Amino acid sequence: MNFDMGLYGAYIWPAYGISAIVLIGVTLWSIAAWRRAKAKLSRLEKK
Amino acid sequence: MNFLFRYANPHEFMRLSGVVLPFTVIGTALCLGAGLYLGFSAPPDYQQGRTVLILFIHVPAATMAMGVYGAIAVCSLLSLVWRHPLSDIAARAAAPLGALFTVLGLVTGSLWGKPMWGTYWVWDARLTSFLLLLFLYVGYLALWNAIEDETRAARAAAILALVGAVNIPIIKFSVNWWNTLHQGETITSGKLAPVFLAPFLLMMAGYGFLFVSLWMVRIRTSILERRARSLMQQGAA
Amino acid sequence: MSPFATLFLRDVRLAARSGGSAALALSFFALVATLVPLGVGADLRLLARVAGGILWVAAVLAALLSLDRLFQGDYEDGSLDLIALSPLPLEMTALAKIVAHWLSTGLPLTLLSPVLALLFNLPPSPTLILFVSLLAGTPAVSAVGAIGASLTLSLKRGGLILPLIILPLLAPAVIFGAGAVALALDGLSSGNALGLLAAFAFGAVLLSPFAAAASVRLNLGG
Repeated sequence: MNFDMGLYGAYIWPAYGISAIVLIGVTLWSIAAWRRAKAKLSRLEKK
Repeated sequence: MNFLFRYANPHEFMRLSGVVLPFTVIGTALCLGAGLYLGFSAPPDYQQGRTVLILFIHVPAATMAMGVYGAIAVCSLLSLVWRHPLSDIAARAAAPLGALFTVLGLVTGSLWGKPMWGTYWVWDARLTSFLLLLFLYVGYLALWNAIEDETRAARAAAILALVGAVNIPIIKFSVNWWNTLHQGETITSGKLAPVFLAPFLLMMAGYGFLFVSLWMVRIRTSILERRARSLMQQGAA
Repeated sequence: MSPFATLFLRDVRLAARSGGSAALALSFFALVATLVPLGVGADLRLLARVAGGILWVAAVLAALLSLDRLFQGDYEDGSLDLIALSPLPLEMTALAKIVAHWLSTGLPLTLLSPVLALLFNLPPSPTLILFVSLLAGTPAVSAVGAIGASLTLSLKRGGLILPLIILPLLAPAVIFGAGAVALALDGLSSGNALGLLAAFAFGAVLLSPFAAAASVRLNLGG
């Protein structure tokens, strides 16, 4: 794989970086919400 | 139509999505991984140099932004006309994802534009349309959050989504018209060389798989949250 | 007198009595037209170039001001429930309110616009186009605004969300309206732009009563 971006690196890396942060972030957020909902439900069902 | 209603039952949806989710997750990983690998291995584009790599994450994000709004419009229609029970949850679950894709489309588009046109923002037809699309998403989410009664919020948001969906072609047309009026030419991307086609399609597919995966997770979460709420109401009764 | 006419006249009278509506919109319109040159400087050529856009945006915002009260007055005192039960279809009620709103905001704004165009050094021909564009386009603002007003009916602070919801939808009107003025300023024909604007406004007035009525029904607990 070729990582030499020449002049354009200043634009390419931030673009990939922001995309990665946002997409990974929303994935983690969604998984966390799922876990919380699951935990809450099992607590309620045990009662 | 019957097919859709067979999985209208939350139970059925939980079961079905539980089976499908591992596959879409794997699909996401494979497509994105392969797409990135091939994309970064390819030689620089003749016309656009290395910046073509930004297109690999700009076009999928922009396409998803539009597509998700379309999905929300369909869910809204199902909700209002056929009273499909899961469609409200599905629409609500998709909206933040669509909004984020729109933001990514704008940011990557801007970063692609700077080396190409010289400025971070250009009022070209596509970017301007996406900016308006972002506001449509924000308004949609704001309306959902503002109305307290859940059913009412869902129905109101559904009406707004459909009004927006009808308006989107008109907005695109008017923005295109405006663009030719004030600038004389559209500064959109040109053709993609064949060597880039494979990674590009893989990235498109990867973004699609990612959305579907996240969408299912969020719908499942909403279903669980609803069960928890009804249990709490029963417990309080 | 037909139910439509009765309701229509009632709403017009209400708007006129509250006096606020037209006066408020006109004052706001004039204020913005005054503030912008203060903001961008008194270069008359620049002002003439931006006149179409600035005045169009100012007119849209001014018309927005009274929108959140469109249905709320009747909603709060219960008359909306009665109106919904009357033989007059809710869609016609919505249309009546849209027309009444336009008469008390869009039309006055249009009539004031040539005076404000003067502040921007807009030549006579583009000023005429501005007048015509506002005349044709402000009904669209009332129509689309009615959709927003009916959706945010039950919200106490719905006034904040209302502009957020309807301004993106009004982008085509601003584009075609201001575009027509810009074309006229350059000596080109505005026919195309005005035609597109008229089509947009026509579609908006035709279709929005349905969306507004559906939203009202929704909020009345239908």
